[in-house]
Amino acid sequence: MFRNQYDTDVTTWSPAGRLFQVEYAMEAVKQGSAAIGLRSKTHVVLASVNKASSELSSHQKKIFKVDDHIGVAIAGLTADGRVLSRYMRNECINYSYTYESPLPVGRLVVQLADKAQVCTQRSWKRPYGVGLLVGGLDESGAHLYYNCPSGNYFEYQAFAIGSRSQAAKTYLERKFESFMDSSREDLIKDALFALRETLQGEKMTSSICTISILGAGEAFHVLDQETVQRLINEFEVVGEEPPADDEAAAPDAEAAAPDAAEGAAPDQGAAPMDI
Amino acid sequence: MMNLADSAPVTNNLLGSEADSQRTLYPYVTGTSVIGIKYKDGILFAADMGGSYGSTLRYKSVERLKSVGKHSVIGASGEISDFQEIMRYLDELILYDNMWDDGNSVGPKEVHNYLTRVMYNRRNKFNPLWNSLVLGGIKNGQKYLGTVSMIGVNYVDDHVATGFGNHLARPILRDEWHENLTYEEGVKLLEKCMRVLLYRDRSAVNKLQIAKITDEGFTLSEPYSLKTFWDFNAFKNPTLGAEGSW
Repeated sequence: MFRNQYDTDVTTWSPAGRLFQVEYAMEAVKQGSAAIGLRSKTHVVLASVNKASSELSSHQKKIFKVDDHIGVAIAGLTADGRVLSRYMRNECINYSYTYESPLPVGRLVVQLADKAQVCTQRSWKRPYGVGLLVGGLDESGAHLYYNCPSGNYFEYQAFAIGSRSQAAKTYLERKFESFMDSSREDLIKDALFALRETLQGEKMTSSICTISILGAGEAFHVLDQETVQRLINEFEVVGEEPPADDEAAAPDAEAAAPDAAEGAAPDQGAAPMDI
Repeated sequence: MMNLADSAPVTNNLLGSEADSQRTLYPYVTGTSVIGIKYKDGILFAADMGGSYGSTLRYKSVERLKSVGKHSVIGASGEISDFQEIMRYLDELILYDNMWDDGNSVGPKEVHNYLTRVMYNRRNKFNPLWNSLVLGGIKNGQKYLGTVSMIGVNYVDDHVATGFGNHLARPILRDEWHENLTYEEGVKLLEKCMRVLLYRDRSAVNKLQIAKITDEGFTLSEPYSLKTFWDFNAFKNPTLGAEGSW
């Protein structure tokens, strides 16, 4: 993307019908370190790569518990992500207080999207520079959503965002059809494999990844380092490749099912929000 | 005509509103007891159709049982106009819930707790909705039955009642209610309670409705009357042995 005369203001359209500020905000998401989400009928796993600015510092928190039944993983401007997480927690707790019932994740996601949209239509605001992978439960089961700075949201079987996320998406595209019926353990394993792809050869240890899970009957929580290291060791001992149907589950990577991992063609001239 | 003193804003905010005419001080047209019980397939409610104006049994076709969305039923005693106001709140709640159009829906638990918040908040402003409500329903096979009072007291139970129903009906229900009542048994039990209320509650009228909610939906019976028997020995010479009475 190059600079042009229509990209100063979020409230300025380009002649091609694009809002460049919004697209630039989506670029910020691509610069953040990777975050991955996958879901089965009953569970959602969110995983992220921990980036620390130096060896001396702690890593940025990218996965947040929003409620017992909702968690979020972010990529991009983590400060924006924190603020949105606080908003989500507030909405959940207010709903719980009034109705003694958990806020359905689908409704929270729409509220979040509407909040993001406002920033694309006010001259005194800027879009949030963070992408959110929201995993949660509602009446119809487990769901995974991706919320964009543009104010769009999509539901996914599995998705990855942030830098080098394409490698993870390629892996997920091969395997996503089996996720719906995956067991909890297999889902976690697939998340780790997908995460490994984004590391591109870097040694995978529990200190650079964070895994979290939620499910029916299991409140959202982040797995502790020991458990994660043990899981990593397990599959490194067994061998390189993930088990079973690599070939069988890939009829056609293009003609993917409705919930396929998307975003494969970001800006080929088409405005990303049109996907 | 209005005294200037009355129209000046009150600095004492403990009472919430400016002038007393803005707060509910006492009810005018009231309904009496509502009874609700869980039974095998869902929830059964009974309430009569009376709207009393003080001691006058003025209105005799007041529907005090209403459905709320697909899963719940509400029954109200107390001020009828406040019940109508509550129904406006609930209709709006259900409307917005339906507008999401996303496969999620508010169930009886959510409605009950929402009402509790409404009632309690009004009570805190010294401007209550003068009702005792019974709220019940069934969602995904889970039965729910609870009550909220005008001061925001909220609890759930297998059988609930308002007003006189608490004193006259619940002892009967404590003895005779059990988990696996059939529809016929449930109705008979409710009628037994309503009959006692008819005999002993002066604001009761002999015209009642039974509401049922199951996973299949809501039904409200046509109004009907109970057979009464006034020739009990206990009713003859009721003051026999009561010194000083007549």
